[in-house]
Amino acid sequence: MTAISKDTTFLGYRRENGRVGVRNHVIILPVDDLSNAACEAVANNIKGAMAIPHPYGRLQFGADLDLHFRTLIGTGSNPNVAAVIVIGIEPQWTGKIVEGIRKTGKPVEGFWIERNGDHKTIMNASRQAKDYVQWASEIQRVPCKLDELWVSTKCGESDTTSGCGANPTVGDAFDKLYPLGATLVFGETTELTGGEHLVAARCRNDEVRKKFQFVFDRYQKIIDVNKTSDLSDSQPTKGNIEGGLTTIEEKALGNIQKIGKKCIVDGVLDKGEEPTHPGLWFMDSSSAAAEMVTLCAAAGYVVHFFPTGQGNVIGNPILPVIKICANPRTVKEMPEHMDVDTSGLLRREINMSDAGDKLLECMLRTANGRLTAAEALGHREFVLTRLYESA
Amino acid sequence: MIHFVVHDEGDSVGVVVVEGIKTGETLEGWIMDQDKTIHAIAKNDIPIGHKLAIKQLASGDTVIKYGVDIGKCVAPIAIGEHLHVHNVKTKRW
Repeated sequence: MTAISKDTTFLGYRRENGRVGVRNHVIILPVDDLSNAACEAVANNIKGAMAIPHPYGRLQFGADLDLHFRTLIGTGSNPNVAAVIVIGIEPQWTGKIVEGIRKTGKPVEGFWIERNGDHKTIMNASRQAKDYVQWASEIQRVPCKLDELWVSTKCGESDTTSGCGANPTVGDAFDKLYPLGATLVFGETTELTGGEHLVAARCRNDEVRKKFQFVFDRYQKIIDVNKTSDLSDSQPTKGNIEGGLTTIEEKALGNIQKIGKKCIVDGVLDKGEEPTHPGLWFMDSSSAAAEMVTLCAAAGYVVHFFPTGQGNVIGNPILPVIKICANPRTVKEMPEHMDVDTSGLLRREINMSDAGDKLLECMLRTANGRLTAAEALGHREFVLTRLYESA
Repeated sequence: MIHFVVHDEGDSVGVVVVEGIKTGETLEGWIMDQDKTIHAIAKNDIPIGHKLAIKQLASGDTVIKYGVDIGKCVAPIAIGEHLHVHNVKTKRW
């Protein structure tokens, strides 16, 4: 008996485009660094609205600018978001992001600061935000099936207990969600180094395998060009080494436990790209926790599994991040950050299927509205990935 | 009581899963994939999460964990000895 079946339902928010969210945020989204102050002022005025400040959005160009737009449009389009206020320094890029989000059919309005100043912008945006918050507060949750749930994963501050306990717990849960038609994703291109052949072997077909290998090789070239020694000062991280991880290969093999034993890698996504069908996707992405989780939110994922060993405390403004930990010392020292304790695995008290079920039960409660530890603690790390320097 | 876990019986290492392992202690290990029990004597104090060798390794030998290559020894490592960045290095980058 597992925690989920094809008849399992959760209570989600059905959006205008049919997608299902598990949160009902009204967000105030800056186009650029200059607009953070106005966004935060609006969120301060209107209770229930949330500003998502970030440091970029000026003088970017080419693929780096495309990624900026894709991430912001994706964040606003995520079904965990009910409505969006976009504020930028000028009307054109603001309008581009508004139009991108509007394709979902959800309420979105843009405001810009040039020719208005902060005061007038904040006043107009606050009026609109108040209407959105009151409108969103009347949206009711409805029963939804698991084939409408999009779940992402990325681990952080890993140690050896991640590979034996927390990561295979996610793997067991993914193996149970996959046949029910859920849409899943993993990534962390650099942190597959040493286990890339195992991921390649799990790809659906040669076309997917070729795409995966291309993305993996491309990143290895970036390392070859930029490394000063052997990257051993960064990968594994100091926290990883403190936790007992010795080499990138060992870290990668632990990392890969998150995709279970049965799931097939059905496709490869660019950073922040939305998947087009259910299954398990690999997203080309940074291994830095907040960057990767931000990209998952931008791609439309609504629940995140985050296994940790030494105790990464990350959250995200719109994507509930569920922490799973199997390190008995970490769950004892940092209990306020953990949602699912699977340290019993290492004492042989529970088996992997029990651990996976424990996570899936937490996932259903989270999807139904229970706040994660990171949400309750106010962790809202929103970090945009940059590809290269500005113009 | 389990002091360390091993992923696969072909592995050269186990992971300590309890705090406070001291030199000379007899340790019980659980090989998870094959569900077997093994024993080793700790040659060092080993922190929780860190690894001990469960096979005799020479300098240059490949270290196996999860049944897969995780790097190379840069010093000989005895059974029960702490195995980490001081005696094992990546083969990548």
